[in-house]
Amino acid sequence: MSPLTVILIPFAGAIAIALAAGQPRLRDTLGWIAAIAFFIGVVQQIGPVLDGAGREQLLWTILPGLDLMLRVEPLGLIFALVASTLWLAATLYAQSYMKAMNYPHLGRFFACYALALGATAGVAFADNLITLFIFYEILTISTYPLVTHSGNADARRGGRIYLGYLLTSSIGLLLVAILWTYFATGTVQFTEGGILAGHVDETWLPLLAGLFFFGIGKAALMPMHRWLPAAMVAPAPVSALLHAVAVVKAGVFTVLKVAVYVFGIDLLAETGSGIWISWFAAFTIIAASLVALTLTDLKARLAYSTVAQLSYVVIGAMVATPLAIIGAVMHLAMHAVAKITLFFGAGAIQVAHNRKTIPELDGLGRVMPWTFGAFTVGTLSIIGLPLFGGMWSKWYLLLGALETHQLVLVAALLLSSLLNILYLLIIPIRAFFAPAAEGVPTEGIHEAPLPQLIAMTVCAAGCIALFFWPDPLFHLAGMLVQ
Amino acid sequence: MTLVELMPFSVLVPLIAAPLCALLPGRILPWLLALASAIASTVIAALVLPQAIDGPLSYAFGNWPPPIGIEYRVDSANAFVALLVSGLAVLATLWGRKSVNEELDQPQGVFYSLFLLALAGLMGITLTGDAFNVFVFLEISSLSTYALIAHGPDRRALLASFRYLIMGTVGATFFLIGVGFLYIMTGTLNMADLAERLPEVADTRTVHVALAFIIVGMGLKLAMLPLHLWLPNAYTYAPNFISVFIAGTATKVALYVMIRMIYTVFGADYSYAVLPLTAVFLALALAGMFIGAWTAIFQANLKRMLAWSSISQVGYMLLGLALGTVAGLTATFLHLFNHALIKAALFMAVGTVAWRVGSVRIEAFRGLGRQMPWTMTAFALAGLSIIGIPTTAGFISKWYLILAAMDAGQPWLVALIVISSLMAVVYVWRVIEAAWFQSRPADAETVREAPLSLLVPLWLMVGLNFWFGLDTRLPVAGATAAAEALFGPTGVTP
Repeated sequence: MSPLTVILIPFAGAIAIALAAGQPRLRDTLGWIAAIAFFIGVVQQIGPVLDGAGREQLLWTILPGLDLMLRVEPLGLIFALVASTLWLAATLYAQSYMKAMNYPHLGRFFACYALALGATAGVAFADNLITLFIFYEILTISTYPLVTHSGNADARRGGRIYLGYLLTSSIGLLLVAILWTYFATGTVQFTEGGILAGHVDETWLPLLAGLFFFGIGKAALMPMHRWLPAAMVAPAPVSALLHAVAVVKAGVFTVLKVAVYVFGIDLLAETGSGIWISWFAAFTIIAASLVALTLTDLKARLAYSTVAQLSYVVIGAMVATPLAIIGAVMHLAMHAVAKITLFFGAGAIQVAHNRKTIPELDGLGRVMPWTFGAFTVGTLSIIGLPLFGGMWSKWYLLLGALETHQLVLVAALLLSSLLNILYLLIIPIRAFFAPAAEGVPTEGIHEAPLPQLIAMTVCAAGCIALFFWPDPLFHLAGMLVQ
Repeated sequence: MTLVELMPFSVLVPLIAAPLCALLPGRILPWLLALASAIASTVIAALVLPQAIDGPLSYAFGNWPPPIGIEYRVDSANAFVALLVSGLAVLATLWGRKSVNEELDQPQGVFYSLFLLALAGLMGITLTGDAFNVFVFLEISSLSTYALIAHGPDRRALLASFRYLIMGTVGATFFLIGVGFLYIMTGTLNMADLAERLPEVADTRTVHVALAFIIVGMGLKLAMLPLHLWLPNAYTYAPNFISVFIAGTATKVALYVMIRMIYTVFGADYSYAVLPLTAVFLALALAGMFIGAWTAIFQANLKRMLAWSSISQVGYMLLGLALGTVAGLTATFLHLFNHALIKAALFMAVGTVAWRVGSVRIEAFRGLGRQMPWTMTAFALAGLSIIGIPTTAGFISKWYLILAAMDAGQPWLVALIVISSLMAVVYVWRVIEAAWFQSRPADAETVREAPLSLLVPLWLMVGLNFWFGLDTRLPVAGATAAAEALFGPTGVTP
């Protein structure tokens, strides 16, 4: 399948789902067909990329030098694989969750869900900054109805912050950086080794880096992070697939893409133009973790944890040694699998017991052992302990930071792991061992519906599998820095 | 009938149809006639454009050969503008029927007759090769426009129309004085002939003054800051259909005349040397861009907001002109084309809301995003185009403008273009904020989505914004050919 076909599958799926809005059975079947076809399409791209000949496709020339163009390269492939695989799990989960919570307008919901995945694939396969920018904005807009799905005043307020931050940062900073890049270099094409070297004066590079990396608001680098907690008004499947995987990862993916293919890791490493950004990222990690400690709302705490984890990737991209880049790319995948597990857990708790704040969860682990088991696995992977995939990415990121003697960054990464224990691991610990909170049954098992449990378990198993078999991921990430 | 003989009919059809239209009873017939004439005009203009790009077409009225008789001389530049004006008239008319029915509860023969006169005037200004003839058509279009604006439902429309009449007449008179001076010095009114004879007398005070009069006169008509005072009220209080039409065409045609006089009649080398045009245009362009956008941000009446936004957008066009290069002039023509599409779409969206809700104040838009989703989405998409997001026509304009600024070695202008675009984000966002993020006031009645007869032309217009944002061949080829035709084949930079 050509890259365009892969991107069009979710878009076509969205139209079909919207047309079938009135027939739940057909709508759900179409949701599955789209997710599965998309997954197959992405998997088919693996072979050519491994052979070093990812598929290329020129869609349209807007102006000379301004093409809409797609190309499958290792980084985009990893992102697309993560998104398409987790979409399968999320489909299973979301169909059950949305029905259990009695949400209305499911046709619109699942159509926008599919649209967002199509836009994600577009971001993943874009071969130049303009194409990427267009899909990036489609992703913002297609997820807006999902954020405000419940339609109440809270949702509208969240949606306003969401759209406000993402649109203004991308138009005000990212688009300017793209224009600057074009007028300095005459191209916006992602090129191995970067395009900026020799075209932009070294004194200006840090500024350009600032425009790019703060402009990519989806990477939630402070102070551009406020949209992410605001987006938590969305139903759990949206928080899980979009705000732990597709949207935020589109952000850090773009950061990596710009670092590797626009700046070029040699240029970043030699000039250190991104170092000041990595300090912002280190600050973001610590500050977001501290904020997370103070929050009692489960999803809000997870959101701030995501803010912190995204900055890991930013640090990797800014340090820009081969090991750091590999670590950053792996973290993109590792964190996605772990965080979706946590959000699935948060949603399952809502479905089964309608609880949202952390003190209310005391003792709930004994009633929902399966959910909290998966939750524990996800937490441990995020902390980065052995036996869980998250270890590998943290390991390489640390090595990269050590290599460049950025001790501030090393300290931030280590401190962050400790803080993770305090604000994430404490949740399952209290659920399993603390005395039951008010209204929590002391015996019997009361779990969320089976499809949700399956989805959660599969993702938790993924966290463990990625510890034992990180080779494919490592291999693909390695292709970037050769 | 050859194409050259057919060409004048893009002016004559609406001109002849106008008196007929005044005689037609009721509402539907006048509208049908207006629509049919506009379509005929557009078809002819579309046929002429490819020919004109190959080389100028000339038609002598009454077989009086130029420079004695009136000559219609069509090259890429005016063929391009003519297609824009007539095409926009078609779309505006398609959209306008329901809107006019709402605002005018009477037989509409006279109204559409005035509209046809305005269209004929604008087409005439564009196509003619005779400087005095420009003045005649200018008055035809202006007088009919004053009357059209006075048709506005609000009584303040009368005052707005009167102010426009005063300012417009001053502008036209200045233009006429300039043309008169030229006639005194050369004894001819034909533009091509003027261009040949002017060099002999170029160094006289009279010709210098003529140029200044013409630029100020046209500056008034195109609302160049600080000569813009008539525009906000005129756009605000005109019937919505007329706002759509003149916002897309009237200032553009005036700009075309100014460019034509500067480049073809006086010659760019001469004009930019005699008067400090680069500095003047640059200063006025930047002032317009910023003051226009800044003022737009604070308007509670959305039609007035769009009017101020127009003043800001005229600034972009002048900026391209100020650069005085082929690239700059190309950007000017491109934005002239693209802005017409953008502003017409925005005025249509606001007009559609006015039709349904009866108000164009921002309070009336609160919570409309859910009740009129198609209309408001159209507004938001056209808003993207005025900001200049990739895939929209507005982006292409800005792209070429930035390209021209870099090309002219003025990278600091890029920063200013970007900043003023961000100001557009603010005024577009205000509307989006009201429509989607505020709740409908409790006492406001629930409204339904507008009917298809308003939505289809609106979305057609929005679609064109995206079409020409992706398929740039027609506007870019047209604008490039226009700029090159004006500079002459060599493309000399003054």
